Amino acid sequence: MPVQTAAPRIEVRASAPVETISARTKVAVRNLDFFYGRVQALHQISIEIPERIVMAFIGPSGCGKSTFLRTLNRMNDVIPGTRVGGEVLIDDHDIYAPGTDVVDLRRRVGMVFQKSNPFPKSIFDNVAYGLRINRVTGSGSELEGRVEQALKDAALWNEVKDRLKTSALSLSGGQQQRLCIARALAIRPEVLLMDEPASALDPIATSKIEELIFDLKKQYTIVIVTHNMQQAARVSDRTAFFLLGKLIEVNATEKIFTAPNVKTTEDYITGRFG
Amino acid sequence: MDTHRHLDDELSSLRDRVLLLGGEAEQALERAMYSLSERDSEVAQQVLDHDDQVDSLEVEIDRQCIDIIALRQPAARDLRFVISVAKMAPVLERIADHACNIARAAIDLNNEPELKSVLDLSRMAQHALIMLRSALDAFTSSDAATAREIIKSDSEINDLYNHTFHRLIELMVTEPATATRDARLLFVAKHLERIGDYVTDICELTVYMAEAAFIKHT
Repeated sequence: MPVQTAAPRIEVRASAPVETISARTKVAVRNLDFFYGRVQALHQISIEIPERIVMAFIGPSGCGKSTFLRTLNRMNDVIPGTRVGGEVLIDDHDIYAPGTDVVDLRRRVGMVFQKSNPFPKSIFDNVAYGLRINRVTGSGSELEGRVEQALKDAALWNEVKDRLKTSALSLSGGQQQRLCIARALAIRPEVLLMDEPASALDPIATSKIEELIFDLKKQYTIVIVTHNMQQAARVSDRTAFFLLGKLIEVNATEKIFTAPNVKTTEDYITGRFG
Repeated sequence: MDTHRHLDDELSSLRDRVLLLGGEAEQALERAMYSLSERDSEVAQQVLDHDDQVDSLEVEIDRQCIDIIALRQPAARDLRFVISVAKMAPVLERIADHACNIARAAIDLNNEPELKSVLDLSRMAQHALIMLRSALDAFTSSDAATAREIIKSDSEINDLYNHTFHRLIELMVTEPATATRDARLLFVAKHLERIGDYVTDICELTVYMAEAAFIKHT
């Protein structure tokens, strides 16, 4: 039975006067099971993710945290032989209900992957791609405005504004990852899923991604999977610990890293696991 | 050697060092009070001479805590342990400083005629020593319940201090010739009372370490 504190109150850390808000639940997962064929990868996961916070998923390799992340925008649907039980509610609507528009779901719930995967196109076209295929912009100037805003939101604009027509593949690894974040942000998702977004980056590029995550949570609900526990401690408001496909504990990040409620969590984060 | 074994060894070494510092503080207090009650200025001087080693030990513990935090990034119970030790080391060093102040008072008093009674100072010192010893035991065994009991017992030292304070003021009025010596004894009593407060700090850190509960100022 996962331990979860009720009705989390989130302190907004911003340059504006500090205020405390009661967070609304953006994502609610109830009794989620997930199977790869006959192998059950997730067992009865129940968790609530408040709006506009950073939620980190931690746990050893194979614990199911990435699988769980991908259930939040049905990315696992593309894997043959998978099956889901339980509910994933976003704004109180079950995303696995019959008739769900999966394309629209993935527009609302964007994703950034471990390895940056820019298209072999220009920087501009990479960011504009989602806008064009979703036909979400009208005039050319509106498209340019949305691309610029997405690049600014991804803290990349100042580095690329003079070379928007050059290939995205000419960017550094860290810049490519921020470009992928800009691409995800361009279509204005409500939730951003990040699967180890900085694991292949150097410390400076990692730091930029982490600062970006901190800024983005003012507008987006962010869920991040990370193997780096210090990163989870640095960037997240709440942390969930997974083990063997089960959610062991979810709590405020400072609680998880200073005084977890479950001994297994403590053993994991103190490096005494197994 | 795997990482957590390495961390375990470092935490164990840190525990040994802070207990060593605790032992030094305890011994300094015991010897300072002995020098006062037995009028042995040589022992008092030994307490003063030894204080540099106590200071060095505190600095070593500081460095070790900083190294562990910087290099091992401890979390949960390990973090609480390191933080508790980092905050406990200066407390223990201050207890040893108070013992040094008592030793200095003993040297001054031993140069003057002996007073008939040292009032409740021996009882205060004995109580402070028992509190300190028990607090270090509670820390070693992460025993929050015992730590809480020790905190309660600080009121006994405070009562003894208040009694001693009033008794010494009376003596100053009735026997003005001994006022200087009475004043010195009053300072000794105050040092012992402060040691009781410091032991309370140690116990609060033990409760934090064991239960992640902040009981300071509650």
